[in-house]
Parts: sequence; C-alpha cells; structure tokens
Amino acid sequence: MLESLLVVLLIGAVAWIGSCIGLTAVFGILLPYVAVSVFIVGLVRRMIYWAKSPVPFAIPTTGGQERSLDFIKQEKFDCPDTKFGVVIRMILEVCLFRSLFRNTQACSFENDPVNGGPRVVYYSSKWLWVFSLLFHYCFLIVFLRHFRFFIEPVPCCISVIEAVDGFLQIGSPRFFLTGGLLLVALVFLLCRRIFNERIRYISLANDYFPLWLLIGIVVSGICLRYFDKAEIAQVKIFIMGLTHFSPVISGLDLNGMFIVHLSLVSTLLIYFPFSKLVHMPGIFFSPTRNLPTNTREVRHVNPWNPPKQFFTYPEYEDTYRDAMAQAGLPLEKQPDKKS
Amino acid sequence: MYNKKAVMIGIVILVVLLSSPFWVGLFGTDYKETGVVKPNQEACVENAAFMRAQHMRLLNEWRDQALRNENRTYVAENGKKWEISLQNTCMKCHTNYDGFCQKCHLSNSVSPYCWTCHIIPTEGK
Repeated sequence: MLESLLVVLLIGAVAWIGSCIGLTAVFGILLPYVAVSVFIVGLVRRMIYWAKSPVPFAIPTTGGQERSLDFIKQEKFDCPDTKFGVVIRMILEVCLFRSLFRNTQACSFENDPVNGGPRVVYYSSKWLWVFSLLFHYCFLIVFLRHFRFFIEPVPCCISVIEAVDGFLQIGSPRFFLTGGLLLVALVFLLCRRIFNERIRYISLANDYFPLWLLIGIVVSGICLRYFDKAEIAQVKIFIMGLTHFSPVISGLDLNGMFIVHLSLVSTLLIYFPFSKLVHMPGIFFSPTRNLPTNTREVRHVNPWNPPKQFFTYPEYEDTYRDAMAQAGLPLEKQPDKKS
Repeated sequence: MYNKKAVMIGIVILVVLLSSPFWVGLFGTDYKETGVVKPNQEACVENAAFMRAQHMRLLNEWRDQALRNENRTYVAENGKKWEISLQNTCMKCHTNYDGFCQKCHLSNSVSPYCWTCHIIPTEGK
C-alpha cells in the first residue's frame, strides 16, 4: 500500500522537478501525446484480444428466477433469456451497478444465542455500491467539466453542469461538489481496503496504485482550483494547442502543480489498458453479463471444439449389417440375399 | 473474432468518445490569446501575478471585510492602503467589462456572482 503511494508521489515529484528545470515540453507535450496514443491503442488491442477469445461455456450469472413454466414468474432483467433482456441488464449494470447492489458481507459470531454456537450471517452491504456509484458519476461529471478547456466558445451544456455542480456558491472560485465528493468516495474505497482485514488480505499493489493515483489526480486538481492556482486562460491556450496538434509552450506561465496534474493524468492513461481499470470496456465482454440465460433451450457449442466425427446409426448398420444379421439382431434394412 | 459486428461498433464508439477532447475543438474556434484589454494605470492592488491567480479570492475577502466586518481599508503587500470597494476602487480603472472581465470568464466558462448584487458596468452605453 505504501509502495503505491510512494510511486505516485515519485511521479508527482519527478514532474514537479521537471517543470522546474525546464523540461515542461517533455512532461507537458510529449508525455500527454504518448499517453493518449498508448491509452487508445492499448484499449482497442485489448478489446480485439477479448473478441478473439472463445467462450467455452455458457456461464451467465443469474440474479433471480430463470424462465420456466408459465405460472412461475421470471425475473426478466436479472435472469433474461432474450437479447433484449440482456441489453436491459447490461444498461442497468453499467449505469446503476446492479450486481454491486447485491453485495453481502459475512459476519461470523463465536457464540450466537440463536444457534447456541458459532453462526455466520450474511448482511446486505450497500456501502461499496453507494461509493462506487458516487465515484464513477462524479468522475464523469469532472471529466465533462474539463471540456471547457477543449472547446471555444464553451457550449451551454457545460455551463449548466458547472452551475448545478457549484450551486452552493461557496467561496470564489465556486466550490464544485463533485470534486469534493470524488475525493470522499476515493478515500472510502481506499479505507475499505486498509481497514477491512479480509479485503486487506486480498489487496495487492495493483489495487492500491490506481486508488492512490486517482487520489493524486483529484488532490492536485483541487489544489489547482482552490489553492496553488493555475491561470486558466493560459492553461486553455496550452490545452487548445495540444488538441489542435500545434502545441505552444513558450510565453505561457504554467505552474508546477499543473504539470504534476497533467503528468498524473498521463500516467493514468498509460496504466489504464494494462490494469484492472479496463473494466470500462471489459464489462461488455463479460460472459456472465452478456449471455442470455437460455441454457436449457439453446445448446452452447464450445467454439474451440474440433469438428466432430459423427457415426450415425444408418452408417453403423451399413458397416456391420452382415454381422448383425448373423447374430439375429433387429435391422432397419435387411441384407441383400444374393448368396 | 466472435461477434465481429457488435465488437467493431463498440470499438468505434469507444475511440470516438475517448478522442473527443481532440475533435470537439473543431466545432469552435481556435484559442491562441485571451484578448484582454488592459487598463492604462500602472499598478493594481497587488502585483500582476497575484492578481491573475488570486483576484477572485481577494474580491471574496473584500466582500466579507466590507459587508460583514465593516472594514473598508485594505493594506496591500507593499504597504499601500486601498479602499475596499468594487465600484470605487476596482472599477475606477477596470471600466471595460466586456474587454476585461468577460474576455477570460466567457472563454473559460467562469460565471462569478458579482453581478447578482452589483450593476454590470456598461461604460456609458
């Protein structure tokens, strides 16, 4: 856990020092371009790799009654048997994280009065669902808010998002709720790994690193807005230069924290296709989510099975007819009695 | 490749969405300079770098000082005293609302709520 934090801090420090010794072009222009290329090419490569992988078994997970007899009510979206149902389930999964909603937590009691001994109780646990939903939607809004740096003039939909996000009118520049909530959600997701001993036992560096990296991005972003302020007009000129493939750097006054923020985001983009964060496109490739529960109606053929050599009964009879006739076995077609 | 059609559509949607920061700019104009019209006076309340980065904080503090603490005097870093007043101090030099405030605010989608109480300066229009 601490190693991941140190790595993130190291990346930040390197970017900061780089911006101080005049390597702004490396961290501000080269790194973002490399990062975006790696990100998009990496994701496409990963998706093609998944699409090439055969699904040997039909393994849809069921979250309710599957289609059965007419008088048994089917859970249409938790256990769909049609393509339409699967699409609905996928939309619910992607937009509302339905499978996390079913999350339970096991609690064991040494001496339970009900059992008169040890007992395990599975409680419904919605915290993970609440905070991951909070995290993902806040991240989406924060990402959309950044479009004010990508387009000139700023379209009104972005201004509406900002007006709603900052409707509390705290301070100046106005405090954006999603920025704060994003940090709260990330800290919860990190504390969950640190303080829940069962989850800490299964947590690895590749669980902690993305969390620390995202916390680094959010903290540097909040810092840029409220404390060590970047001059956003200059930032916009710089970013528009990047997105128009004619980067400008001379004459711009970009502060170190901005370069740190940009470098951490670039790190995230580079890391993304090779980490568990690829669940973004990966969710659509999950056989447990994208297959209909029609295993009793449709036979799922493993695509990597070799072509089967069938030996049908008529062929069998053709081969062994004489022997079968001698043994007095019943035959569909009698042997020719020439001899 | 299995489900080729659906996967290809998915890849195209993903690439289009993820590269949106690069192509969304094509719908607007380029942005190479702020185009701020600077007032003639030499010095502002604090130095230019501070004012660029922190003017919103300064204005917020001025509001609190003037309206909540009834303190109308601000002592700048260099010891100079200023009257805390948007109308009489700031806008004495920064008269050009469209050419100064709005230039950066509009293109960076900043909508300060100064003008829910104060009257937007029109410069004799």
